Amino acid sequence: MKSFFKTLFKRKIVVMAALFVLLFIITAILAPMMTPYDPYVGDFGDILAKPSMQHWLGTDEAGRDVLTRIFYGARTSLVIGVISVLISAVIGVLLGLISAYYGGIINVIISRIIDVLMALPSLMLALALGMVFGRGTLSLMIILGVSTIPTYTRIMSAQVLSIKNQDYILAEKVVGAENKRILFSHILPNCFSPILVVLTTNIGGTILAESSLSFLGMGINPPMASWGAMVSAGCSKILINPVYGIAPGICVCLLVYGFNVLGDGLRDVLDPRLRGSI
Amino acid sequence: MAHYLEVEDLHVSFYSGDTVSYAVDGVSYYVDPGEIVCFVGESGSGKSVTQLAALQLLPIPPAKIEKGSVRLGGKELLQYRSDSVEMRAIRGGEIGMIFQEPMTSLNPVKTIGKQLMESIILHMKCSTDTARKRSIELLRQVGISDPEKRLKEFPHQFSGGMRQRIMIAIAMASAPKIIIADEPTTALDVTTQAQILDLLTSIARKNNTALILITHNLGIVARYAERIYVMYAGNVIESGLSRDIFRNPVHPYTKGLLQAVPRLDDNHTKLVPIDGTPPSPGKRLPGCQFANRCPYATEECEKPQGLKLIEKEHFCSCQQAPRAVSCAPEKNTSDGVYEKEYEFEEKVLEVSDLKVVYPVKKGLLNRTVGKTIILDGISFDIHKGETLGLVGESGCGKTTVARGILKLIEGTHGSVRMNGEEILPMKEREFRPRRKNIQMIFQDPFSSLDPRKTVGELVGEPLLIHHLVADKDEYDRRVDRLFSLVGLDPSLKNRVAHEFSGGQRQRVGIARALAADPDIIICDEPISALDVSIQAQIIILLEDLQKKLQLTYLFIAHDLAVVKHISHRVAVMYLGNIVEIADSEELYRNAKHPYTKALLNAVPIPDPVVEQARDRKILRGEVPSVINRPIGCPFYDRCEFATEKCKNQKPELKWDENGSGVACFLY
Repeated sequence: MKSFFKTLFKRKIVVMAALFVLLFIITAILAPMMTPYDPYVGDFGDILAKPSMQHWLGTDEAGRDVLTRIFYGARTSLVIGVISVLISAVIGVLLGLISAYYGGIINVIISRIIDVLMALPSLMLALALGMVFGRGTLSLMIILGVSTIPTYTRIMSAQVLSIKNQDYILAEKVVGAENKRILFSHILPNCFSPILVVLTTNIGGTILAESSLSFLGMGINPPMASWGAMVSAGCSKILINPVYGIAPGICVCLLVYGFNVLGDGLRDVLDPRLRGSI
Repeated sequence: MAHYLEVEDLHVSFYSGDTVSYAVDGVSYYVDPGEIVCFVGESGSGKSVTQLAALQLLPIPPAKIEKGSVRLGGKELLQYRSDSVEMRAIRGGEIGMIFQEPMTSLNPVKTIGKQLMESIILHMKCSTDTARKRSIELLRQVGISDPEKRLKEFPHQFSGGMRQRIMIAIAMASAPKIIIADEPTTALDVTTQAQILDLLTSIARKNNTALILITHNLGIVARYAERIYVMYAGNVIESGLSRDIFRNPVHPYTKGLLQAVPRLDDNHTKLVPIDGTPPSPGKRLPGCQFANRCPYATEECEKPQGLKLIEKEHFCSCQQAPRAVSCAPEKNTSDGVYEKEYEFEEKVLEVSDLKVVYPVKKGLLNRTVGKTIILDGISFDIHKGETLGLVGESGCGKTTVARGILKLIEGTHGSVRMNGEEILPMKEREFRPRRKNIQMIFQDPFSSLDPRKTVGELVGEPLLIHHLVADKDEYDRRVDRLFSLVGLDPSLKNRVAHEFSGGQRQRVGIARALAADPDIIICDEPISALDVSIQAQIIILLEDLQKKLQLTYLFIAHDLAVVKHISHRVAVMYLGNIVEIADSEELYRNAKHPYTKALLNAVPIPDPVVEQARDRKILRGEVPSVINRPIGCPFYDRCEFATEKCKNQKPELKWDENGSGVACFLY
């Protein structure tokens, strides 16, 4: 474990990325303690104020503190990002594992469903599903989750196909292990590294997708703070308070960039053959 | 005295990051025209790197030739750059090379004619027409029939042995003075190996070409070499004439190596393993590299060593040499008496008429249009406490037998009875609890252990699967005992597989196979991925375990000497059939089937005296493919005794009163 982090943080840029991500996570958790303002109740006497000592990044059109909204926005982004990625990873990994291991008709059915899902552009799919399920955090998470299932299924299938013909899986069969044990105790752990890498990178992607949907007005419901929605609202007020639209945009960039670089760093480290040699 | 090729004090290192590996550590040798010189050593001993460095074929960096000199015909080669005109003229011109892997050393998208002519035109500077003529002549020389037509064919249309012949033709193209053959037959079967090496040495002799043969196989060395360089950990530790070294090996490593290899003509002499593993190239010892494994080592050995003259032309790096000479290799025949009187009563495994047939499917509707017969009716019994050896060349179906018995493949027919119970028609669910009775040791210890699990978990897994332990305490005790049983320290059980060496991993594989107290263990080429000195350790371990635990082995291997050494009875397979089955000593002394005879004949014995006295016959042709199976005897087209009857009718395995069987119309 020690050598894992040592290798991971050998590259300076990975350290920076990890710090970005950590910073936003802390912000999201400690949001209520970091600001004296309420994110939902504004001071209508002080709308669209420019940055000042009271409001470091100014206020929005309802007189709410922009910085406070950004803190709470981090919460929204991270919760939606992590949960929807977990939804898609769990479903996608299971589908890939089962279809590739058993093959045959199971593989055909699952693969065709995945093909259909892949053929649809994910943002369009999210928009369409959004129309059906209506707006809301939960449906947003499901929508974003479903649209990235194919990535995991495909990666998992490729991994399982190469691993299931390895001698050590044959050795498991010889020992008398059941399929359940082979699948979850031997194949799954050996497929884990590429999945973890994609998972990390995908959190960034999902946060970006959530922001895009919110920007288009298809995301979370209005009183909640979302960076995408803030950029959208701030856009039209760019001449009055430019910081209002730009700051949440920068936050999206930093967080997405952080997750991407972290995923990249993980890719360099997560090779079982490296263990012990370092 | 100037030799044609003279290499002096060559040092080669590899740099990767902050670590330096000293691959070649002061090697000197010479080669004269017409000689056959062997470099023998285990993997990592630097035998290939030495040759590649002399030709400047190593990638620089990471490799670096630290110092030394390479003189060819009096000219210093190291003064030229690796890609200079001079070096390019020498490589492939004065010195030809043949590599280990004939599958990858030919360009798959060019016809072999193109590749041959390219080499000829480049070095002989002749016209296309002359080059074509010479190509045809060369192909004929290396024994390829119908060369005019075959020039236009691509490498994939040739078998491995044929490709190696083409590599020889390419190496000979420019009539070089020296040919370097780097393990030219390691990837080939033993009968093909004999064909190729005989061809290579006879061509070299005819053209007065020197041959540098790099190999790890002492039998090949004894059969072909005139002079030998024994390498260990980047050094030449002993050199001299072949007959001197085999008669009077001086260095403890050379002696150890000769005692560690099972010989076809031994009387079940107990092997003497060399303990430990060679030092890693990153961490060289201060003095003699063998000191940490040497039974004779003293403090003197920690000082730098030089080569010492033992007798004419015979040098050795061991400073203890006089003393070591005095304890020349003991032929311990005392406890090596072959125990004939074994009585095996209880049959553990009865295989009768086992067939494996795959359907050939074609067309849109995936209809079955034919079938490929992999196993064509195999029958044998194994008794409790016995080792049955299963030997044959690649593709003969040895591994399919193992997988068929273990019910790991589809398409099996016939009958397999384990402890009297028919297992072949059983459903997997029904058979699974019985799997603990039949275990397997795999060939490749690198790929057969889950890289994510600790070795302790792997060894203990069968105990959990079959609910053989009551609690955690018992589990720990059993795992610890299994570790000590195979000679591993139980404190290592929390490590993962790749932290171990090949030999240690194979021990883990054996411990795992033993965990559930199986009745039968199938060993599928358990030592062929290991180095010579490690092989002996594993063979001895398997033998000791058998004595201690009354184990029953089905021992599958392609190496006849190893199979003969470890087995009570041996079954010889050819193209999905057992052609002969007999007691191992009987089989060696009194082989009946022409294929068994040819196989025995092709295996070299690591003793030049024995080798010279042997009557050698080379088996012609190659193993036919299973898709084009002959109707009659599978060996028909290669057999010198074949008759019309053999062509049309398949001989059945006939048993005699001693329990031996042979499938041949001659008996």
